[in-house]
Amino acid sequence: MAKWTGGGPSERGLDKVPTGIDGLDEVLDGGLPSGRPTLVCGGAGCGKTLFGMQFLVRGALLHGEPGVFIAFEERPEDLAANVASLGIELDDLQARGLLAIDHIRVEPHEIVESGEYDLQGLFLRLGLAIDTVGAKRVVIDTLEVLLGGLSNYGILRAELRRLFAWLKERGVSAIITAERGEGRLTRHGLEEYVSDCVIVLDHRVLEQISTRRLRVVKYRGSTHGTNEYPFLIDRDGITVLPITGAGLAHEVSDERVSSGVARLDAMLGGQGYYRGSTVLVSGTAGVGKSTLAAHFVDATCSQGERVLYMSFEEAPAQILRNMHTIGIELAAHQAAGLLRFAAARPTAWGLETHLVVIHRLVREHQPSAVVLDPISTFVDAGASADAHDMLVRLIDALKGSGITALLTSLTSPKLAPEATEVQVSSMVDTWLLVKSIEVDGERNRGLYVLKSRGMAHSNQVREFVIGAGGVSLLDVYVGPEGVVTGSARLAQEARERDEAHREALEREHVQRLLERRKALHREQLARLEAELTAETVELERKLMESRQRAEAARADRRRMALARKADRVPSEES
Amino acid sequence: MTPTATETQGGSTNDSTDKWNLRLYIAGDSPNSRAALANLEQLCEQYLPGRYEIEVVDLIKDPVLARDHQIVAIPTLVRKLPEPMRRIIGDLSNADKALVALDLSCSTPGKP
Repeated sequence: MAKWTGGGPSERGLDKVPTGIDGLDEVLDGGLPSGRPTLVCGGAGCGKTLFGMQFLVRGALLHGEPGVFIAFEERPEDLAANVASLGIELDDLQARGLLAIDHIRVEPHEIVESGEYDLQGLFLRLGLAIDTVGAKRVVIDTLEVLLGGLSNYGILRAELRRLFAWLKERGVSAIITAERGEGRLTRHGLEEYVSDCVIVLDHRVLEQISTRRLRVVKYRGSTHGTNEYPFLIDRDGITVLPITGAGLAHEVSDERVSSGVARLDAMLGGQGYYRGSTVLVSGTAGVGKSTLAAHFVDATCSQGERVLYMSFEEAPAQILRNMHTIGIELAAHQAAGLLRFAAARPTAWGLETHLVVIHRLVREHQPSAVVLDPISTFVDAGASADAHDMLVRLIDALKGSGITALLTSLTSPKLAPEATEVQVSSMVDTWLLVKSIEVDGERNRGLYVLKSRGMAHSNQVREFVIGAGGVSLLDVYVGPEGVVTGSARLAQEARERDEAHREALEREHVQRLLERRKALHREQLARLEAELTAETVELERKLMESRQRAEAARADRRRMALARKADRVPSEES
Repeated sequence: MTPTATETQGGSTNDSTDKWNLRLYIAGDSPNSRAALANLEQLCEQYLPGRYEIEVVDLIKDPVLARDHQIVAIPTLVRKLPEPMRRIIGDLSNADKALVALDLSCSTPGKP
């Protein structure tokens, strides 16, 4: 399984400094231009200040480059408090000489202009701060304040040009933040001065859901990603998700992983899912999609592999309890650190943010399988096309890393069961449909394998029963009225049992009859035999007697002839 | 905070409570800085004869003061006394604006 790295910076031509912002260096093909200024613009609250601060903090801690933060907007104590929640301790960095902060206060109503002036004070302060820590990185947040506070535009323009030239001369990698303007990038046209690299941050709210996006508008002399990349601000600061065109070049595995249900494995060519494939389990409400997912989780964790379970409807505790009741013990896997739950309402964030969150969790947990339960709720969270895009990107990313993904999807009973609201079916490799079959006032479940790429799979429907031991699949009876399930199946089974019983009895009866016949015959034979023997004895005795009688008569006649001295004496024989 | 140069000009006609305390931040010997000092002295002589004190701070020599005193533009004139504090940036070549900003025009009967 390929390790999920989120991409790494690649060195090419231009000298670059890594931003240290997760995922951004990949978008920037290595980082920001070294020794040159970059303009970061965006509306209020879009994360400009944090962007800059993270650039400095990561630079100081990870790349040994001390930094200077020139704050026009926030006082140092506010700044420190704001980033403290992200685990950044500015006081500590300042004490260690890794960071210098100068708050430049410009109060328009306190300042009156009379005649010519320049901004040498700003240059002196910048120079002082840079020299204090030996800074390699500088953030100026936000120059607009200066432009709003002073009114002589002729002077300001000249001074800004001088400032950017000065920054380049000093060889510092600088980020200048600016407010987004109407119809142009920045309110005061700062993009005219900073021509090397321009990044736009955006914070959009669509249907009450906010999404942060980042775009590299311009990067002179460097390749860079041109898309809008979603990013996330959370306890780890900014995370950018590069939507890499993962394409279809990912490696595929021949290895199979068990679905956790023996008979389902049997339906899928006898071995279960392919590792790194995408499995969709769709069905109407309450048909056991999550249960199938839980079986898969159980089977995977039992192999000592890690699983990330993203739950968008149920709380993890609820899933644990529900699965416990049907004999699937997930808590042990969770305790062993193999199973990680992450629960969030789809409407909690924008789609892109979800994507970033999942991306980051995957990177942290390094699972071999991910469960998204269910994906259909994303339709609620954004326009369907967007949800589709998001899922395509997610599936691509997971496939690219060889992670098996199991997605569940709720289908509306009104639609055809094969219709998945989020049209992801073309992207999935194995599609299981759990369909409820209503007959005889009962609702039973049938499981079909709608498709499964690259394996011989069963085309039969199985009855899907959830009991104390989890899911079991049973053969279904196909009668004249179609598939027979539930108690109809039980009745059918009973009928078949009766039939079999009757036939057995019948067989027994015939057998007995045969035996009796045979016995009768044998008896008759014995009797005839006995009669024959008896008759034979009798007849032989009679024959003997007769013979003896004839012998005696002959002997008598001979004796009489001898006694009479007859001329002819009968011979002894005959 | 050590002023690098202090020019004190003053008469003895007024009491000290009425004294103006002005500080001018400059950066080396730039044309703007020179012009500002010249213009300031002229205004003071005109409106505050003998009642002012000008402190000139060269930030090139002591850039820390730019930070500590929140100076961005050069030259910057700060009216420390009388209260409230006022800030004027520029070489004071626009005398009218400077007078309004310093509140000089009405502080003393003008004798232009």
